[in-house]
Amino acid sequence: MTATLEKPPPPLEKASLKHRLAERGVDRTLWLLVPGAIFVVVLFLYPVLYGLQLSFQPKDGGGPFGNYIKFFSDPYLRDTIWITLRLGLPAALINVLASIPIAFQLRGKFRGKRTITTMLVVPITLGTVLTAQGLIEYLGRAGWFNRVLLTLGVDEPIRLVHNYWGVLFSLVITGFPFAFLLTLSYLSGIDPSLEQAAATLGASRRDRFRHITLPLLAPGLAITFCLTFVLAFSVFPSAIMVGEPSGETHVMSIAAYETAFRDFDYSLGAAVAMLMALVMLAVIALVLVWRATLYRGATGGKG
Amino acid sequence: MRIAARPGAWITWGLLIFFMINLVGVVGAPLLNSFAVQWFDTWLPNGYTTSWYTEAWREFDLLEVLLVTFQVAVAVVVISVLVGVPTAYALARRQFPGKKLLNVLFLLPILMPPMTYGIPLATVLYKFHLAGSVTGVIVANLVPAVPFVIMTMTPFIEQIDTKIESAARMCGAKTSAIFLRILAPLLVPGILAASILVLVRTVGMFELTFLTAGPDSETLVVSLFYSVSAAGIRATQTVDAMAVIYTSSMLVLLVIALRFVNPTQLVTRLKEPS
Repeated sequence: MTATLEKPPPPLEKASLKHRLAERGVDRTLWLLVPGAIFVVVLFLYPVLYGLQLSFQPKDGGGPFGNYIKFFSDPYLRDTIWITLRLGLPAALINVLASIPIAFQLRGKFRGKRTITTMLVVPITLGTVLTAQGLIEYLGRAGWFNRVLLTLGVDEPIRLVHNYWGVLFSLVITGFPFAFLLTLSYLSGIDPSLEQAAATLGASRRDRFRHITLPLLAPGLAITFCLTFVLAFSVFPSAIMVGEPSGETHVMSIAAYETAFRDFDYSLGAAVAMLMALVMLAVIALVLVWRATLYRGATGGKG
Repeated sequence: MRIAARPGAWITWGLLIFFMINLVGVVGAPLLNSFAVQWFDTWLPNGYTTSWYTEAWREFDLLEVLLVTFQVAVAVVVISVLVGVPTAYALARRQFPGKKLLNVLFLLPILMPPMTYGIPLATVLYKFHLAGSVTGVIVANLVPAVPFVIMTMTPFIEQIDTKIESAARMCGAKTSAIFLRILAPLLVPGILAASILVLVRTVGMFELTFLTAGPDSETLVVSLFYSVSAAGIRATQTVDAMAVIYTSSMLVLLVIALRFVNPTQLVTRLKEPS
């Protein structure tokens, strides 16, 4: 509204309900929302709430919190929280930290950029099974990696699969492309002239990164971290195939699956799933609270 | 291309090349193994054959599995576009009370790990005897797909000028004509991009399909997973052959997707410096 426009005439005393609703944005267009809204309520909200109330009705009795008490008193179940965080946090951190310098090298235009970007994105298509098979065959006792090490004079093959490391590697391989793509797009959203201005004013390369680019990039990095953390936190198939599913990599999703669909204790399974969501949301909330303290103005990149 | 002689750049490129070499190893080992007659304690296999592919095709009933995968993926794409695009239109064009809440509700299924809502969802689907069939798999896969279409289409619709619609209405177009003859052609690129992304996600979605699939409704990923867990009695080559089939079909899909969507512009749309 420009100031030169006259004020609209005051609404009539008896404007119809339809009219008044339309002024608040409620009109026939909103009927288009109905299928989507029904969909998300029936297929997402209802199951989640159903699972929540199911988790308070333990199969073996023991009060509404029976399942949760059982979870925290059984070390085999309780430790899954720590095991999952020990995998998810480092994996997300590695993916984000590795993306920053690589995205830095790849911004701007140069020949072969598309090739390198495509090569970095290809791991998305690998899928967990090929990655798992590849890791088992490449890093295994007779695999190429250990053969190279033996040739270089290492005494014994290193054990890198069917334990913690195998799962971590598979999380890095599958998670890195996502982190890299997001970081690259956040980075290319920062106007290069800001850095050029700093350079003109005599800021060194390091200062420009430290005081110009990093603060502008940090909110995006927080989001990238959250998304890769969610991916890593819900690790399931690779924890079974390249991990040690009943020991070192007995993560929460395995615990939830096994209780619900192997032992048919749906109620305890739902409780584990709810705790899984809770832990994940807690980590994300921490990151987002930290993000809220950062600079969140324009990055000059929006066209 | 100009590589400055700074140590930081060299370290970065070095690490990148190290990662790439290992990646080639990780991909190359099963790829080579799927063609190997036998491969034990040596650098390279002692002979090559393509018979593992025919064996995998027969043993895992791949035609059937691929048909199910195709059915599920196409159904999920069509339904999620039909439900998602109108919702995205309303979200892009109107401000109304409760919009924020609705947005959060649409965002959650994308952000939450599939396992957390998949387990209650599968329990509910089993309760209504939907799980274990192709229908159940489709329904479960729709849960993240519909919000995904909404989230990708809303910004796309926002950037279509409302004046075009107003002009059409001024010229006497009916609502149906506006939708079919003005909006639909403008929306096609966005719908195409969203559909391909949903297709890739659905073909690759393991958790939800795994939780809801029965023996006749396994998609390629799930059947692949089962083939690994039952691998004790078979040669690893058949599993590798199947994994290679899966990966190459995903690769084809991704290459098609990249022709329509520029992945680095998913977050911010930046004008390319010419």
